[in-house]
Order: sequence, then structure tokens, then C-alpha cells
Amino acid sequence: MSASFRNFVVARVLLTVPMVLILVTMVFFVMRVLPGDPIRSQLGPKVSEAQAEAIRERLGLNRPLTVQYFDFLWRMVTLDFGNALTQGERPIRDELSELLPATIELTLPAMTLTAVVGVLSGAYAAQRRKRPADYAIRVFSIVVYAIPVFFLGLMFQIIFSVRLGLFPLAGRMDALLLRDFRPVTNFYVVDAIVQGNWPALKSLLLHLVMPSVTLGLILMGPFIRLTRVNMIEALQADYITAGRARGLPERRLTYRHALRNTFIPILTLIGLQFALLLAGAVLTETTFSWPGMGRYLVKRIELRDYNAVQSVIAVFALAVGAISVMVDVLYAFVDPRVRY
Amino acid sequence: MVTTPGGGKDTLVQIRDLSVTYHTRLGPLSAVSGVSFDIRRGEILGLVGESGCGKSTLGRALMRMVAPPAEISQGQLLFDGEDIMAYDGEKMRDFRGRRVSMIFQDPLTSLNPVQRVDEHVVEAIQVHEPQTTIRVALNRARTLIQTLGIRANRLRDYPHQLSGGMRQRVMAGLGLVLNADLIVADEATTSLDVIVEAKLLDEFKRLRDEFNLTILLITHNIALVAQIADRIAVMYAGQMAEVGDVVTVFDDPCHPYTEGLLRSVPNVKLNEREVLYKMGGEPPNLTHPPMGCRFHPRCPMAMPICSAEEPALLPVVGDVEHLVHCWLHQPQTRGAEAQA
Ligand SMILES: Nc1ncnc2c1ncn2[C@@H]1O[C@H](COP(=O)(O)OP(=O)(O)OP(=O)(O)O)[C@@H](O)[C@H]1O
Ligand SMILES: [Mg+2]
Repeated sequence: MSASFRNFVVARVLLTVPMVLILVTMVFFVMRVLPGDPIRSQLGPKVSEAQAEAIRERLGLNRPLTVQYFDFLWRMVTLDFGNALTQGERPIRDELSELLPATIELTLPAMTLTAVVGVLSGAYAAQRRKRPADYAIRVFSIVVYAIPVFFLGLMFQIIFSVRLGLFPLAGRMDALLLRDFRPVTNFYVVDAIVQGNWPALKSLLLHLVMPSVTLGLILMGPFIRLTRVNMIEALQADYITAGRARGLPERRLTYRHALRNTFIPILTLIGLQFALLLAGAVLTETTFSWPGMGRYLVKRIELRDYNAVQSVIAVFALAVGAISVMVDVLYAFVDPRVRY
Repeated sequence: MVTTPGGGKDTLVQIRDLSVTYHTRLGPLSAVSGVSFDIRRGEILGLVGESGCGKSTLGRALMRMVAPPAEISQGQLLFDGEDIMAYDGEKMRDFRGRRVSMIFQDPLTSLNPVQRVDEHVVEAIQVHEPQTTIRVALNRARTLIQTLGIRANRLRDYPHQLSGGMRQRVMAGLGLVLNADLIVADEATTSLDVIVEAKLLDEFKRLRDEFNLTILLITHNIALVAQIADRIAVMYAGQMAEVGDVVTVFDDPCHPYTEGLLRSVPNVKLNEREVLYKMGGEPPNLTHPPMGCRFHPRCPMAMPICSAEEPALLPVVGDVEHLVHCWLHQPQTRGAEAQA
């Protein structure tokens, strides 16, 4: 790790600060411009104006906007997001510690599926260029790109759950098992393994299949196409011809030489797709009633729970920023020519 | 028709009536048409000719490395007496690298940018000799690279970290590591400066003597051929114009094209600066080559028959080793020049 590399990482991290700031600022004000407020959205017109005012007072919503804004910023810096404004008014940190693991448990397999299957089928299409397999893969990439999440999710639910009964319809775990489940990290899969709770693990994995495959498929299109295009280019490179002249097998030339050179643009895409992954997670979680950040976000937007929404968005923004820094750092490992 | 003498024990490759066609949008392009010649064991054969005359295509065809839109449309290739046109894919793959290897013009793009030098060498060894351990392969790589004048610690470098000369040595090393019998060097030294070029060529010569290598040296640099080649083959428009011993051909070129080519080589003695000979006309369009001898439109000695019928590649009178593809030297028309 050279000094210049350290400088690069520091600069890159600092660059994400304004990005996160702009985003949460926008969310802060847009939420308050929207009609409705946390009190009316929960209690409706039943409460009197005086009662509503009292609640507003208690939640600190009657302070001047700028005070609320800087209060929120400060809380974000200390990573203490305060309490939610609706539904129990729990500390948001507690909520997140349950929701975030659920979302990660959904998105990690989805992203892995997308990257591995997307990249391999893109590479295969490139190798079989202009042959039936290539056309089939390309059509597939367009279809999964164009199809809406909820539609694909619904199809899966109808076919694999209702008709074939292979997978549970929705949720994260069987309700009966959940009752006796004592999560520690809130990464249920990890907890189940650590506790040796195999029935719970089985239930968790079965529940995970359809949502993660749905989310994975939705994101796969760009991976297939990007890999294919870059592989076609890489397969025409001189070093492939030279390798062929050295008697290297075609499979090795494709999946080792050309593919390794394709990782550079793919890495960029992983960084870019990450934001879409979160957006996809919101829709997938809603479709499959997955108790993660996405579903929580949708619910809390409806309730105009300013604090909860701001906090979730801040976490999303931090995650996107962190991933893009990581991608830039990873370049140095994937491409030996990159030196910061 | 087999006209070339030889085919005995000292012949490594026999090329017979070989044609390579590029299927272009403007119709078939005969980049190599009906070429026959031998490559003798242990010789350095210089292959020269104007840009676009088919040298690279011919060089690749020797290892059947022509891919669509190109195709070997006819001919025989005998390597050590074996018909390699009959080889199946796997046998051909093994043949490449083990029996014949190729050194390309641009050593930077011909090496995989994300692979270290030793990975290239070890890979080549292990693909052809799977029983070799990494340790043994690495030792061989080290010894070989040192023989070529590169310090062993450069083995851990990536291609972009080496100088052009070193890269080309690495390429040469990759060609030599499996003890191939024939090295096809396609403008292998063109990108190097003259001093490095001379060094590398000396290296070639030494390796030839040491390992009884056979080298097909494809180049634009006729002076270089004069310096290190044993025999020279002159191509024109996809055909072999003249083949013979270097000294004989330089002293007494029989084909008007060879003569013109030799006369257009600059002389470096500045006090004797003479006006360079410029050959008239352009090389023909190979989708529609001229009737008869392909050189006749540019030939200062053209006779009526030249535009009507194609000559054969035949020995000149008194020297069976010196072949020429010209009506001036065919038995039917010999001496016609004097009468005309
Ligand atoms: N991919 C291709 N498609 C169509 N025609 C091609 C292709 N590659 C080469 N040709 C044609 O084949 C002929 C021979 O090309 P080749 O590269 O073998 O020539 P060369 O003698 O090696 O030239 P140079 O000295 O410039 O390297 C040329 O006329 C060229 O235009
Ligand atoms: Mg060439």
C-alpha cells in the first residue's frame, strides 16, 4: 500500500460525504413537502387539533425546520438516528439492526446469482457468437431486464408455490418456527447454523429461494450483455490468438484469459448495479413480504415517518458510497496496470 | 503438381499447392494461391514481399490458424511427413506450440495483460505436459528466460512492466519452451529498435544452432534476411515468385519482381547515395487478380504470354535449388526475352 494509494482511498471516501449529504437533504425536505404528516397518517381525522399539536410537540416536529434539519444531520453523524415517529416509536437503530440483516440476507445471494450466472452466460454467448445459444441468451437477457419485479415475483409465487408447492409463498421463515427462534445477530441463516437449528435453517433457505432468484434475475440482463460485448472484444485480442498458437485449449482461452480481462468493466457494473439492487430489493421485499429495509421504507413513507425514511435512505446512500469506493479499490487488484 | 525438389530427410515442412481464401463481401479474396515450397530442418528461411501479399496469412496457415472468414481452400501441409490437414481439433491443438510456435509482431498485445510472465510460461508447459509440476515448470521458465538474457526476477512482472525488447524475448521464450521444431516469426522484430533487433536476431541464430531450430522469418526488412537467413522466399500477390539460397538470389535475382524489390532497398553508405528504385504500379486487388502472371501489369519485361497464361514455379537452368515463377525461365519460353 503506497502513500499515493492511501491518499486515493482517503480522497475517494471523502468524496462520498457530499453525495450522502445531498441525498439525505433532498429526502428531508421532500418528505416534509408531501401532503400529510406522521400523526394524521396514523390516527386520521379522529384526533383533535389540540391532541395532534401535543403529539407534534412531543416528537419535536414543531421546532423550526432548520433546527430539525441540523438535529437530524448531527444524529446521522453519531449514527444515532433517534426514534421513529410512528408505530411504537422505537429507536431506529434497533429497527435497523433487525431490518438490515434481513435485506443483506436477501441481496447477497441475489447479487451472487446475478454476477455468477450473468457473467458465465454472457461469456458463453460470446464464445458461441451468432449461434442458437447466443441468441437464446440474448433474448433471455432482454426479457429479464424488461419484466417488472412484481410480475416475475407473482409468476413465481403462482407456479412454484401455489401450483407446485415447492417453496413458501412469502415471508422469511415459518411462523411456527419463528416463535421459538432466538436470533442473536439477526442474520437468521447465520444464527440458525451457529445454533445448529436445522429445521429453522431449512425453512429459511426455502423462503430465500424465490425472492433472491427474482431479484437476481431482474438485475441479470446488464451483466449478460456487458460480459458478452466485452468478451467478444477480448476474444479477438492478440493475446488470444497468440495463446491459440501456443496450443492453449479454447475453454482456457475463453474462461481464463478473455474472462479475466473482462472483469474490469464487470466490476464497474457491479458498482453501478448496486443502487439498482437496493431499488430492486424494495420491490422484491414488498412482493414477498420480506421483513427488510425495503418493505419498511415503503411502509414508513406511507406513514410519513420522516425520521425512519431519512434514516433508511441515509443507510442506503452510505452503502452505495461504500461499495463504489470498494470497487475503485478493487480495480487495483483486478487490473495490474492500474496504479493510483 | 510437386515441383520442388527435396522432401527428403532434411525437409521439415512441405507445403503443396496451398490456397487460403478470405470470404469478403466483395467476393472471395485469394490471399494465398497455389503456393508450394519446402522448409528445411534447421534453416532460417526469410519470407519477404510487399505489404498485403499474404505472408502472415501463409504463416498462420502453416499451423492451420486461419479462422472464418478465411479458409484453407486447398492444398497439403506435410510436417515431418505427416499430413496435418488430416489432424482433428485436439491433435491440432497439441501440434500448435509443441511442434510449431509463432512469434507475433506486437509483443505487448500478444501477452495477456493480467497475467505475469511466469504464469504464461508455466501455463504453456502444463497445458502440453500436464504431468509437469509447477516447481519443475518454474525452473524451466527461469533457465529459459535467463538464456534469453532476462534476469529471473522479471518473471514475476506483468507484460506492461517490461521493455519492448524484453517482451519480445519473453514471446520468443514462450515459443521455445516446448522445444518446437519450427518457429514462425511474423515481423517479430519490427517493433524493436535496430540495436535490440540485431541482438534478438543473433539470439535466434544462436538458438537455431543450439537446438537445431527451424525458423520461418517473415519480414519487410530484406537487409535482415541477407544477414541471417539461409534461404529466401519472395511472395507476390499471394503467390511464390522466387525461392532460393540467399546468396544466389541476392547476386542473381531471376524474377523481375525480386530484382525490383532488391533495388528498392536503401543503401546506407551516404557518399554513394543513389536514387532509389521505385517499382511502378500497385499490388493487384486480390479479389480480382490479373490473368496470367499476377505481376505482368507492373513487369518491365512482360511478354504477350505473361498476360495470357500463368507460369509454374520451376528451377532455373543449372540450379535445381533456385525456383522462379516467371515466363522468362520456363522451358517453353526460355530466351524469348533475347528474341523480343
Ligand atoms: N480478415 C481479413 N478479411 C479480409 N481480407 C483479409 C483479412 N486479413 C487479410 N486480408 C487480405 O489478405 C491479404 C493478405 O494479408 P496478409 O496479412 O497475409 O498480408 P501480409 O503479407 O502479411 O501483409 P503485411 O506485410 O502488411 O503484414 C491482403 O490482401 C489482405 O487485404
Ligand atoms: Mg503480415
